[in-house]
Amino acid sequence: MDLPTVWFVAIAVLWTGYFVLEGFDFGVGTLLPVLGRGRDRDADRRVVINAIGPVWDGNEVWLITAIGAMFAAFPAWYAATLSGFYLPVLLIIVALIGRGVAFEYRGKVDDPRWRARWDAAIIAGSAVPAFVWGVVFANIVRGVELGADGVVRSGLLDLLTPYALVGGLATLALFVLHGAVFLALKTDGPVRRRARGAARAVAPGAAVALFAFLAWTQDDHGSGWTAVVAAVAVAALLAGAGLVVARREGWAFVATAVAVAATTVVLFGALFPAVLPSLLDPAFDLTVANAASAPYTLGLLSWIGAAFLPLVVLYQSWSYWVFRRRVTRAHVS
Amino acid sequence: MDALDLARWQFGITTIYHFLFVPLTIGLSVVVASLQTAWHRTGRAEYLRATKFFGKLFLINFAMGVVTGIVQEFQFGMNWSTYSTFVGDVFGAPLALEALLAFFLESTFIGLWIFGWDRLPRRVHLATIWAAAIGSNLSAFFILAANAWMRHPVGFAVDPETGRAYLTDIVAVLTNPQAIATYLHVVSASFVVAGLFVVAVSAYKLLHRERAVLTHPAGSAGFRPPVHPDEPGMFRRTLRAGLVTTALAGVVVTLSGDHQAKLMAEYSPMKLASAEAIWDTESAAGFSLFAIGSHEIGEVGVGRNIIDVEVPYVLSVLATGSPAGEVEGINDLQRRFTEQFGPGDYTPNIPVLYWSFRLMMGLGLAGVGVGVAGLWLTRRGALPQQRWMYRVAIAALPAALAANIFGWVLTEIGRQPWTVVGQLLTAASVSPGVSLAEVALSLSVFTLLYGALAVVEVRLLLRYVAAGPGHVMPYPGEGEPEPESIPAFVY
Repeated sequence: MDLPTVWFVAIAVLWTGYFVLEGFDFGVGTLLPVLGRGRDRDADRRVVINAIGPVWDGNEVWLITAIGAMFAAFPAWYAATLSGFYLPVLLIIVALIGRGVAFEYRGKVDDPRWRARWDAAIIAGSAVPAFVWGVVFANIVRGVELGADGVVRSGLLDLLTPYALVGGLATLALFVLHGAVFLALKTDGPVRRRARGAARAVAPGAAVALFAFLAWTQDDHGSGWTAVVAAVAVAALLAGAGLVVARREGWAFVATAVAVAATTVVLFGALFPAVLPSLLDPAFDLTVANAASAPYTLGLLSWIGAAFLPLVVLYQSWSYWVFRRRVTRAHVS
Repeated sequence: MDALDLARWQFGITTIYHFLFVPLTIGLSVVVASLQTAWHRTGRAEYLRATKFFGKLFLINFAMGVVTGIVQEFQFGMNWSTYSTFVGDVFGAPLALEALLAFFLESTFIGLWIFGWDRLPRRVHLATIWAAAIGSNLSAFFILAANAWMRHPVGFAVDPETGRAYLTDIVAVLTNPQAIATYLHVVSASFVVAGLFVVAVSAYKLLHRERAVLTHPAGSAGFRPPVHPDEPGMFRRTLRAGLVTTALAGVVVTLSGDHQAKLMAEYSPMKLASAEAIWDTESAAGFSLFAIGSHEIGEVGVGRNIIDVEVPYVLSVLATGSPAGEVEGINDLQRRFTEQFGPGDYTPNIPVLYWSFRLMMGLGLAGVGVGVAGLWLTRRGALPQQRWMYRVAIAALPAALAANIFGWVLTEIGRQPWTVVGQLLTAASVSPGVSLAEVALSLSVFTLLYGALAVVEVRLLLRYVAAGPGHVMPYPGEGEPEPESIPAFVY
């Protein structure tokens, strides 16, 4: 494997890590009004938020690292993608800003109106990126109006194709399921019960959306091995839903994590060897070969990545281990 | 007005805003870690209470630094795609390293610190805040190395075929003299801000220490708990700690600033000449205190000062180390650059640079001066009786923050008209495919959102300062011991 391909895989790994980890954060945030309701609504909402409290920020750094790696390893890919998807990216950033501040500030003033406003920021700030990332990645796989000059000329409406909307629905539904399973695993009491119910309710729709998205992706852009991975993704989703209903929450979470990871792998597999295809002329495609940085930079980043990414995984795993206990109302009162 | 102008405004607004929170994160993380270390060593509840109190304020600020940092990493690609494509091979590497080596460390361990009070052994829990503090301070190095490279590009070559820059020597990029000088200057300036934050909060609490009357019933929005008799003692200590931090960091900020002036003379002569309004090359140049100049737009190379009040020799000493040293002038540099790079205007915005330089130094030194004077006034446990002194100490915080901002204005405007000096012009760096409407939208959204968040953040900080340390960690009743277990912060 040549260095640019190694870095294409490395970036796929970073995005996979991001979607597996922040995917459940997005699901958890989206489910906030559903799981925290009724008489003890605030206590339950705090259970929901504190379940991801210690880890959400570390999860989000996977995105920062993925984007930084794209910048360093494939500058033209980074530049064309972020400028080409200007409005969707703006939407995601605004959502992430509101949501990040909301986690920290929501509980800082004891006032229902204050909390309601931050809750809205958490819900929208989770659901919007969960949907928009799907739209963006569907368009990356499908291609955009990319000229010979490396400039993307697709407008916002050009990006909202049926395929991309199905992609957005698929990631949203998948992340909501993943988040419901995470909460079933990480909380106890009414929130755990409702999370199980939410997982059961959302699973059929998520399965249909994911199947439609991956089948469409496979049909237009897939190869032999991506078909297998796509089948694994849908099967893992169904298995996750079944396991959570059977109260095997740990295994259910492994299954939905596999579903998210396999979905990401299919998207990157369908994209390769392009990184941003052009709808105008295949000759204008940005590819692993023509968008990559020089071997010196890629080699340097490889050594540093190989040394430090395992360390990151190690201390992040330790953090999950430290906070392995289920969060209950008693924790937040 | 075109997309370029708005993209520049957006970069300026979002970066300055981001940098209101970053220096506090850099400095306060170490302050809080030090307070917790003091508690760990002495076992005195006072230090724990100070850790939790300043820790809460630190976290309110930290969240803003994190979320506004996301914008920074994305907007190079969104608004400056030509720049990003040109520099990614070189400039992207420190950004990727920053995320991998620093941000993961900072974010993971801050989570462990916030939620781990009752889950981790005390020694391990102490290590988590230090790990987060190291992450914050390390992140600054990578981003400043990237920024220094734009001002003084080293360790790279340009591929004649693709026209893109590529890295040839990472060590040169990371040991760029501009990077090291900038790092020392920015981090010490951050510690000045953080020190003055602790000073301002402590001074405010000491100023209002006699307030013991309940004006609102408990549980109501305006509730303020009475001042506990131990509270003034704690804030007297934290005031001292803040003053020491400010004064020590002040020494580094002054020395590194002086060093930077010499590097500026060597590597960025146009920036220095503009910041000093030196139009024609001079030996034994004076330091200008006040100047009004004339610089006809479109008629570059013939500017002059109409009024100029100078202290003789000082600029030559600052820039070259010798009173007779030569300082190049704007008109001469403009001629030289025209010969070197072709016709064009190579002068940055001179009045902005001139006044930013003075405001940075004036406000920064005023802040450091408060630290030094405060140390003298509080020697041997004394506390000044004059209320205005406390008010001056509180005002030093916004002064230091403003000094930071003017420092960045000096740095960024001083690099103009280039994004990468000698390599890429700012005007040629923008995203060709991004429309005026799109940039106008993002600029408006960020400005409004940031404005609203600023109001919320400042109110929240004031609220928690007013509530005092007894709010985050209640004082035990008369004769009762401090509780054994320490509850974690929760959302």
